[in-house]
Amino acid sequence: MISGIHPLLLVTFFPLAGVLFITFFREEQKGAIRWTALITSLITFGLSLMVLAGFKTANPDIQMELRIPWVNISGLPIDFHAGIDGISLLMVLLTTLLSSVAILSTWTAVQDRVKSFMQVFLLLETGMLGVFISLDLVLFYIFWEFTLIPMYFLIGIWGGERRLYASFKFFLFTMAGSLIMLLAILYIGLTAHTFDWTELSQLWALFIPAQTWLFLAFALAFAIKVPMFPLHTWLPDAHVEAPTAGSVILAGVMLKMGAYGFLRFNLPLFPQAAVQLAPWMAVLAVIGIIYGALVAFAQKDVKKLVAYSSVSHMGFVMLGIFAFTPQALSGSVLQMVNHGISTGGLFLIVGMLYERRHTRLLADFGGLWKVVPILSALTLIVVLSSAGLPGTNGFIGEFTILLGSFGSSVLKSPWFGGLAALGVILAAVYLLTMFEKVFLGPISAEENLNLKDMSIREVFTLLPLIILIFWIGLYPAFFYSLINPTVEKLASTVLTAAQAVH
Amino acid sequence: MFLSEIFSDPAFSLVPWVVFFPLAGIILNLIFSRRWEEKLTALTACLAAGGSFVISLLLMLALTHHPEGATITLLEWINTGSLQINWAFRVDTLSVTMMLVVSGVGTLIHIYAAGYMHYDVRINGDPSRYSRFFIFFNLFILAMMLLVSADNYLMLFVGWEGVGLCSYLLIGFWFEKGADGIANARAAKKAFLVNRIGDVGLLIALFLMFWNFGSLQFDTVFARAPEVAAATPAVLLAMTLFMLLGVAGKSAQLPLYVWLPDAMAGPTPVSALIHAATMVTAGVYLVARSHTLYSLVPAAQTTVVWLGALTALFAATIAVAQNDIKKVLAYSTISQLGFMVAAVGMGAFTAGLFHLTTHAFFKALLFLAAGSVILGMEDVRKLDETNLSDSFHHSHVDPQDMTLMGGLRRKMPVTFWVYLMGALALAGIAPLAGFFSKDEILAAASQNGLLVFLVLLAAAFLTAFYMGRQLWLVFFGKPRSENAENARENTALIVLPLILLAGLTVLGGLLNFPGSLALEGWLEHTLGKGINGEFNSMVAGISLIVSITGLVTAWFVYSRYSGEIKKLDPLEDMFGAVFIGARNKWYVDELYHAIIVRPLEGLSQQLAQPVDQGLIDGIAVGFGSLTKAIAQSWRSIENGFVRSYALALLLGIVLIFSYLVIR
Repeated sequence: MISGIHPLLLVTFFPLAGVLFITFFREEQKGAIRWTALITSLITFGLSLMVLAGFKTANPDIQMELRIPWVNISGLPIDFHAGIDGISLLMVLLTTLLSSVAILSTWTAVQDRVKSFMQVFLLLETGMLGVFISLDLVLFYIFWEFTLIPMYFLIGIWGGERRLYASFKFFLFTMAGSLIMLLAILYIGLTAHTFDWTELSQLWALFIPAQTWLFLAFALAFAIKVPMFPLHTWLPDAHVEAPTAGSVILAGVMLKMGAYGFLRFNLPLFPQAAVQLAPWMAVLAVIGIIYGALVAFAQKDVKKLVAYSSVSHMGFVMLGIFAFTPQALSGSVLQMVNHGISTGGLFLIVGMLYERRHTRLLADFGGLWKVVPILSALTLIVVLSSAGLPGTNGFIGEFTILLGSFGSSVLKSPWFGGLAALGVILAAVYLLTMFEKVFLGPISAEENLNLKDMSIREVFTLLPLIILIFWIGLYPAFFYSLINPTVEKLASTVLTAAQAVH
Repeated sequence: MFLSEIFSDPAFSLVPWVVFFPLAGIILNLIFSRRWEEKLTALTACLAAGGSFVISLLLMLALTHHPEGATITLLEWINTGSLQINWAFRVDTLSVTMMLVVSGVGTLIHIYAAGYMHYDVRINGDPSRYSRFFIFFNLFILAMMLLVSADNYLMLFVGWEGVGLCSYLLIGFWFEKGADGIANARAAKKAFLVNRIGDVGLLIALFLMFWNFGSLQFDTVFARAPEVAAATPAVLLAMTLFMLLGVAGKSAQLPLYVWLPDAMAGPTPVSALIHAATMVTAGVYLVARSHTLYSLVPAAQTTVVWLGALTALFAATIAVAQNDIKKVLAYSTISQLGFMVAAVGMGAFTAGLFHLTTHAFFKALLFLAAGSVILGMEDVRKLDETNLSDSFHHSHVDPQDMTLMGGLRRKMPVTFWVYLMGALALAGIAPLAGFFSKDEILAAASQNGLLVFLVLLAAAFLTAFYMGRQLWLVFFGKPRSENAENARENTALIVLPLILLAGLTVLGGLLNFPGSLALEGWLEHTLGKGINGEFNSMVAGISLIVSITGLVTAWFVYSRYSGEIKKLDPLEDMFGAVFIGARNKWYVDELYHAIIVRPLEGLSQQLAQPVDQGLIDGIAVGFGSLTKAIAQSWRSIENGFVRSYALALLLGIVLIFSYLVIR
């Protein structure tokens, strides 16, 4: 199509074309701005599909590599080194899809400063895509930190009442972790004389003396992002204050950046530390699963409930990563996608409810199924996917994670998987309680009597997610074809490396 | 697609259609039911269920020629690492027996529901939900068919939780009704959650299975079972017991039975199909399907037997004291499921499945007849006259309260006769179906151990007693309310399935009639030679005497119960506190609320506020404040003098160098 430009560059930076284009509109031309943003994000999605078309699924290695010399500090090069494997490709696809969905969700919700909103949003998309394609530590760090800024503005400008507190908290939490990661990156660069991921993953033996500290430094940044218990308290605040589209992207993509970081860096670069510390990480993951679910159960605000459910669901992802069995690892990657779909969907629904009633308190709802049957039915599907009902995507992810961690030779105990399985019960507890309080029972508030059911546009925002819920739930072969080769290679390299030292 | 494989009988390749037919029904009704009349909607759903039944019949015919059956793989499903699971269907005598019961009884109840729901949606004031009902009902058939036709445990699990979902949707069908407008929705949630506790048990059993057998596919697992049993018997014990937790959830056994009585909040066809005839028997099917595993672990078998036997007795004691016509039947279902579970635990698989089948006939019959009684008590003729859903205000008399009934024998003669048939079958009176199947279980129990036999016999006595009580309260004596006075027989669409089911109830015993033992020979192809609950005239005599004694006792007690409403139940006169305990279900719901629900709510409140927002957030924010405080105190360093910055820079460089040197 656009020959000469590398497909990864094209997909990553295409949103910037939209940013540029939107500058030519006047603030009042809201419709044109929205359409431009939407079309930009849809083209970006199309470009990511082209990347997919060029991707060889059977090959577990990095593909479509691109290396442009960039900076050279006295023999220490920093390159624009990009490339993808199955995991990063899935994340790219998730990002481009959810960005389009999120933009479509702002049609009526965002009325204020639409122009800047869309520009900031498209900037954020480029930042996130950059995170997933970077194969140079410094480049990765730059994209990683860059995503903070647009998200900070999304929450701080278009957020709710306590938006300043929430955006500041979000910024400081993630920044604190990132700075320590930066120190570790510098240490690695100075020790190995390269920031290149491909080279570093061969040189892991160099860091053996300091690996525990390096692992922890990276893990801190990623664990805050995931977020893992007990570093999660920024999340509910950020979610509650963020506009719907911000929440969708925050939960759907940005949390995945944390889990992705573990897979891309912590595991291959510090394999022994990863294996040694795995039980501790798994303990935190299991605590997160159960704790997040229990706290979610007590929430009175729907959005907070969904936010805490993220803590619980991402706990599953972390447990799977540190179980190191192929089933659990592939389950984790799939669960990253699943969580983007189901939690993204839940946030969209919360946004639709909020637009209608300007409240998110459970107590203000009740009996809505009678008034808005289509919204209720679609919500039920998303809720069930989030609760991991077989036949939906959530089940495949959770089941393989639990199964894989149950017999993990690294964790060496079925208790991790066994206790985490309690999270499956608790998820049903808080999700069905939420569904009951919002949609079932009698209509208690008069304001709810005349709510409008979903518009065509709203149906189209949820539809892609609903399709994915059943596609992954019933016939996930395509997703496994992307995940399996990469994950199997990852598991075997990490375990071989870890054993080599013992 | 792997359908190109050659099967011993081409009919075997039709098996996916037992799922596709209901799927087609769902899709058609989803798209068209807005434009369709009620009749077309119901017809589509009935044809979808009927299609499954026809396929099941074809499979049965094919099996009579090729009893070895077949496995039909449709699609790959999960494939990661060594975990490989397909959407694969299994045709053997066990699965086809279940398919026939599910789709056969299912179709009859679909037909009944076509008439019943016409009134139900108008009584409850929302005719637009008619089509929703049939979509959910078809979805149930789909999920149940997946459950019984699966070739591996994970696909079975899809059906297993799928039927749980349908149960949730249909219990909460009138989600804005019930006490305080929320009771039905709560009952639905309770059913799903209690089932999920059991489901997690089953999941853990699957994890153990995968890591010890390397597969979740039936044949592979069963083939390796003896090895594992010899090497690590504890693993097999744990696996079967965790699986039993799932059985206790789905088949409403102790201690997870509490959801089933509340599930009666669903419309009556739901109670008949899902909560009596089919879904709740899934646990029995699971144990029968896993018979190879259970036979290898005697300790697990003993647990299963006692779980079933105690549930049978326990639930029967509660049934005796209920006044709600459907609640009596619900506890009776729990009790009868206890009989089946005990049977499969003893290794008497045929007896268990025989009872499963006959119970599906007569309990579906009883529920549907009870629905007919309820409609009669609601006086639906008034509804037809007004024909306006909004203007219809049904009386505030509880149409399910047996103390308000009485004398319906003359008002609803057909309903009475079929109810009598069902009740006598349940009580175990010869020659009705229930007599033979229950007798086989008792015969097996008599070989198993005296204590189990006595417990089951006591349960059988109570069964006859509470059915006698119910017959007397509902159909005999004088009408005890205006509604009972005005009750009339229902329309043909409702009565016809009742007559068909009554026929099955009368003739069902022939399935495994002593002497021919057709079912046993049929199932042997799949289950092998089990313990045979052979007809034992001694046991049969005892059980018949016990049943008749139960009915007669009920007769004596309740014939004194004359027409007044609110009169004390005669049993309360006799037993006082014990009766009150039984009426209040031995306070188990209250107990669970106190020891599980409330502590969980308390814990989550504690974690949400003091712990999460206080402690954990406090520490994190505290770090921030600390940094700020340090920054404040260091601000004096940042004094704007270049020389002090240079000094700091120098200090830093020295520090870094000294680190590098010392290292």
